Amino acid sequence: MSLAEPFEGHSPSACPACVAAPSAQRIAALQEEKRGRIMLSLPTAHCAACMSTVENGLQAVPGVHSARVNLTLRRVSVDAEAKVTAESLIPVLAGLGYEAHELDAGLLSATETDKQGRDLLMRLAVAGFAMMNVMLLSVAVWSGATDATRDLFHWISAAIALPTVVFAGQPFFKSAWASLRVGRLGMDVPISLAILLASSISLFETIYSGHHAYFDAAVMLTFFLLAGRYLDHRTRAVARSAAEELAALEVPRALRVEDGVETLVSISALQRGDLVRVRPGGRMPVDGTVVEGTSEVDRSLLTGESLPAFVGPDTSVAAGEVNLTGPLLVRVTAAGRDSSLHRMADLVAVAESAKNRYTSLAERAARAYSPLVHLLSFSAFGFWMWQTGGDLRFAINISAAVLIITCPCALGLAVPAVVTAASGKLFRKGLLIKDGTALERLAEVDTVVFDKTGTLTMGMPAVNDFESLPHAARGVALGLAAASSHPLAQALVKAGTALGVPPANLTDLAEVAGYGITGNWQGQTVRLGRAEWIGAPPLAATATYLAVGEARYALSFTDSLRPGAEAAIAALKAQGLTVHLLSGDHATAVSAIADQLEIPSWQAGVLPAEKAGFVADLQAAGRKVLMVGDGLNDTAALAAAHVSISPASSLDAARTASDIVLLGKDMSPIADALRISRQSTARIRENFGLSAAYNVIAVPLALVGLATPLIAALAMSLSSITVSLNALRIK
Amino acid sequence: MEILAYLIPASLFLGGVGLAAFFWALKSKQFEDPQGDANRILKTDYDDRPKP
Repeated sequence: MSLAEPFEGHSPSACPACVAAPSAQRIAALQEEKRGRIMLSLPTAHCAACMSTVENGLQAVPGVHSARVNLTLRRVSVDAEAKVTAESLIPVLAGLGYEAHELDAGLLSATETDKQGRDLLMRLAVAGFAMMNVMLLSVAVWSGATDATRDLFHWISAAIALPTVVFAGQPFFKSAWASLRVGRLGMDVPISLAILLASSISLFETIYSGHHAYFDAAVMLTFFLLAGRYLDHRTRAVARSAAEELAALEVPRALRVEDGVETLVSISALQRGDLVRVRPGGRMPVDGTVVEGTSEVDRSLLTGESLPAFVGPDTSVAAGEVNLTGPLLVRVTAAGRDSSLHRMADLVAVAESAKNRYTSLAERAARAYSPLVHLLSFSAFGFWMWQTGGDLRFAINISAAVLIITCPCALGLAVPAVVTAASGKLFRKGLLIKDGTALERLAEVDTVVFDKTGTLTMGMPAVNDFESLPHAARGVALGLAAASSHPLAQALVKAGTALGVPPANLTDLAEVAGYGITGNWQGQTVRLGRAEWIGAPPLAATATYLAVGEARYALSFTDSLRPGAEAAIAALKAQGLTVHLLSGDHATAVSAIADQLEIPSWQAGVLPAEKAGFVADLQAAGRKVLMVGDGLNDTAALAAAHVSISPASSLDAARTASDIVLLGKDMSPIADALRISRQSTARIRENFGLSAAYNVIAVPLALVGLATPLIAALAMSLSSITVSLNALRIK
Repeated sequence: MEILAYLIPASLFLGGVGLAAFFWALKSKQFEDPQGDANRILKTDYDDRPKP
């Protein structure tokens, strides 16, 4: 509807209140416009060519107004007409060679305007501006400006530095005050004290035309520490926004049926006794019993079973299962908090409460450091008060110099610089660090536990013995399979097409939901489907069965491995880690995968609680466990492990419980992650060593009263630059 | 040394202009996608003719 002509022609507002109508229409139209914005996550985009391909490819889709890739966040925002949906754009991107996931634009808008980050950047810019100007004046003083000139320069420096410190130092003052109020001595207390003491001492010296003013130190301190704070914030903000993106992947809606009318409602609106329609390919939104329809469901995310299970009227289904073949009408028995999905979450809560809170390297450093610095500074003050017989000005000057020099410029940068460099590197490899300490924990890992279905395997079956079928039967199988969208049938079609088998000419094709496909071939009935329906003895593995006249054939399937799985396992073993495989699936399926990947230690048919128990036992035995899993049945184990990784395709709960998310399909980055994490921990330790070394040299000078603002400035900037450069050495 | 009376305000003014420019760039969301902007100049899309 056009907004330009609200008063003429077919305008519906032929009413007295029509004057108000245009604005109402405009508001509605604006909301419509917002709804037309689609956000897609693009985990594999990485270069200029990617941006052109994606943007041009999407703009060629009818109805799309514009598309813009954000390479930093790996997402594309599409401005399109309401009829264009994310589901229709994902295949377009897949055709261009890019994996894409839908994101909830509503959820994302909150993270897009990163207010806190912009605020920090603003303060950082002010501190940088002040630092450069004050340094300019300070250099003049250090190189010999005297008397009136020096005083003038000090006054100008004060005029620049004092407002800067008040404005830019606020994040430190606030957090120091917060930690003091609860009676703790955080890293921000010595920082704030040093900044405030440096500024006030310098102001005092300026007023009494003293020789040394530390304005440059106060501003420089603020600048370097803000830089560390900003890096830290950015790492966390990127992780948080991406984690929220992933949370937005599952759009929690269900089709409620009332009096034969289907309406799309949010899951929270569902109640016990409601009827819900679940289409083939859809995920069960609730726990319930089937009222109408037969189908097969994929329970792999809940139990790890790779074999689809049959469901018909009066069978119960659980939230999270995927409906495969026929439409189902389900009566809700438990929704929301009561559903089995949420009961699994309780298991996670138990596992998480049992887990020790990890103390990061930075926290440990701060704990040792803060009291030491205060002690040094105060004892220097006390000593010089006694030595000089009560020269307050001199003693305060010394204790301020001690605080300024020991102030953890390098310490403030040591961790954020390394973590930023490492997580940036891992992000480019397709790994998202959700938790700041995850890298440090990952570096300690000595045991890796894998889940099978959906983690080591894609959850996409591939047929094993297609070539064992007689030639005629191959064509029949292919012809029948082509009529179904069941994953096993699709796998058959893929295998047949790859072999170049022509599909047989079948008539009367019909899919019997939950059982299989039937048809007519040269006058005889042919069927492809479940063992009991065909009348064939069932195999222990994932299989489908074919009946041609009296003959019965079995076709078994194995799950295809995730790309990079073999390389990842081999690399982990080469790094000397113990690898275990735990799965809820049948022994045959698990042993096949274990053999293929050469994992000697495996267990099949493991229940969720047993998985968590296995991990907890390993931990209790002193092992540091990395758990890699995707299903709900892994969630408790993911939470119990020292550190955990889950693929982006896994369920919401599993991703929430894990520390690192694998964004792409490829599994090989896991081995890189371990290597990089060990490197980054080593760099962090080196950085602590470096900043300690600077202190060892500069602190004695400060204690005996030989420190000048020049020495403080040199120590500060040199140590900050060294730790930043050291952080960049991560390969 | 009288020259200082001009030079110091001049240097402060110029620095302030830079700071203001940065604020403007920050406010107009030019730091939302630094990696993308760095790559965008390498696109070959409008090499032959300007964007219509």
